[in-house]
Amino acid sequence: MKLKSIKKLSVFTIINSCFLILAALLCIIPLIHILAVSFSSSSAAAAGKVVFWPVEFSLNSYMYVAKRGAFWHSMLVSAERIAIGGAVNLVLTILCAYPLSKERTEFRFRTFYAWAFFVTMLFSGGLIPWYTVIRQAGLLDSIWALVLPGAVPVFSVILLLNFFREVPKELSEAAFIDGAGHWTTLWKLYVPVSTPALATITLFSLVGHWNSWFDGLILMNKAENYPLQSYIQTIVVQRSYSMLSRQEISELATVSDRTLRSSQIFLGSLPIILVYPFLQKYFVKGIVLGGVKG
Amino acid sequence: MKNLNIKKQLPLHLMILPGFILLLIFSYLPMAGIVIAFQKFIPAKGLFGPQKWIGLDNFKYVLDLPNFGSVIWNTISIAVMKIILGLVIPIIFAILINEVTSNTLKRSVQTLIYLPHFLSWVVLGGILIDILSPSGGIVNGLLNSIGIEPIFFLGDNKWFPATMVLTETWKEFGYGTIIYLAAITGIDPSLYEAARIDGANRWKQTLNITLPGMKMVIVLLMVLSLGNLLNAGFDQIFNLYSPPVYQSGDIIDTFVYRIGLLDAQYGVATAVGLFKSVVSFTLISVSYFFAYKFADYRIF
Repeated sequence: MKLKSIKKLSVFTIINSCFLILAALLCIIPLIHILAVSFSSSSAAAAGKVVFWPVEFSLNSYMYVAKRGAFWHSMLVSAERIAIGGAVNLVLTILCAYPLSKERTEFRFRTFYAWAFFVTMLFSGGLIPWYTVIRQAGLLDSIWALVLPGAVPVFSVILLLNFFREVPKELSEAAFIDGAGHWTTLWKLYVPVSTPALATITLFSLVGHWNSWFDGLILMNKAENYPLQSYIQTIVVQRSYSMLSRQEISELATVSDRTLRSSQIFLGSLPIILVYPFLQKYFVKGIVLGGVKG
Repeated sequence: MKNLNIKKQLPLHLMILPGFILLLIFSYLPMAGIVIAFQKFIPAKGLFGPQKWIGLDNFKYVLDLPNFGSVIWNTISIAVMKIILGLVIPIIFAILINEVTSNTLKRSVQTLIYLPHFLSWVVLGGILIDILSPSGGIVNGLLNSIGIEPIFFLGDNKWFPATMVLTETWKEFGYGTIIYLAAITGIDPSLYEAARIDGANRWKQTLNITLPGMKMVIVLLMVLSLGNLLNAGFDQIFNLYSPPVYQSGDIIDTFVYRIGLLDAQYGVATAVGLFKSVVSFTLISVSYFFAYKFADYRIF
């Protein structure tokens, strides 16, 4: 009797494991396929011979991408956006989370500010007023158009303020008795003890900035100001060739369109894959922290 | 005394000020900008400039458009399907992952299923356009080898909505399991022990301990998902649709984008956006209220 139940258990375990492995593979197989296509020769890719391994290994598509000024330029815009946007997000999140983490007795206007922040999560003016405001602020075609509108990530502020609240009161009281003001307490006490939460929200904002494409597409009139994801959007999804020079178009004849698209798709996801080990660690923490408490 | 108090709070005001001002400019100013919906808006005259007021004409214009009804229907039907699958599939996977005894396998599976969440819809759109292509895509290659005619997933109105729902679920189901797995971890292990002593098998344990232990989170996420009723997924659909599938795949957000930014009918687009914002605001408020009332959910 007991033996039977153990045997039944293991049958379930095997089926379950196989099912989960299959599902897990299903999540990365498309990416592997694209990678294989990007490293294959044009003719093999065009003939549909490539599955999960390159056929007639070739670096042509990458060589072609490497020679394209527009690709590197948009990569640079993305790097700039991530550096400025990430720093702005981090500083503003810290600065907003600290006052909001105080009790009403310590900060009388807390409720007012908290609602002001909260309402932005509930209601928005929609695409057109948002665009109109940014245009009238004179930000079109400037890197700040990609940074300032999303400068205060309210979700991260909430995550961090909840984290700040877990810091024992005795510590900040001791700091105040030693004569420290709010600024000193924030930078010397709260920020150092919150590094895991800060790492999480920083990764949130870096990934967000890297993956954003729509704002670049509509807020940049000149294609040369596109960040990489917007650039890839026009090349790979819209299949628009308006961004190519005449010489590039004639060279395009020697590289298959498909391998070229594949290599750019892969390059567009590469940074995410590189930081993925960190992402997994901190995002899981973040979603559990910020998602549901208690 | 009061003076002292204000002085003590001054640094707190200063800290929050930059963020507060940015929210005023980039969130509250656009909210005030919904006046565009009631104007014949000419950009050159400026937001809040001397525009011509036309009452509800923009709204009337939208309601008279022959395809507006189908846009609403597409939005709600795609969103509802995504919400349902987005709830059910992660719950099932969380339970199945929890049953895995080997830690290596558990962690490897988790690592792989979270990955698509972090990739943008531009990258995934590019990948899907390639693999779902009726000529040379691997999915149709596979279907062909078992004798099925090629399917134009992204170009056929019969298939487009289902493709959107399934690919979105594919992208997000893994990430969705995180919250349920956390809930399962919080279940008291002694409950399982007691159940084993009482002779309950794994299925019974799942039914009577794991699922009830996840109940709070499930109810909470169900309630909160209500706010997404009009969010059918702009990023995804924008990158995957094309004129032949507007009939089944055009949603409010893509519609607003086209009439607003491509056709430059600012007033009309704002009117549609306002409609969406008001309905979403109501739904989110109601869902937060219920979440607060029944699950004691508080954001801060």
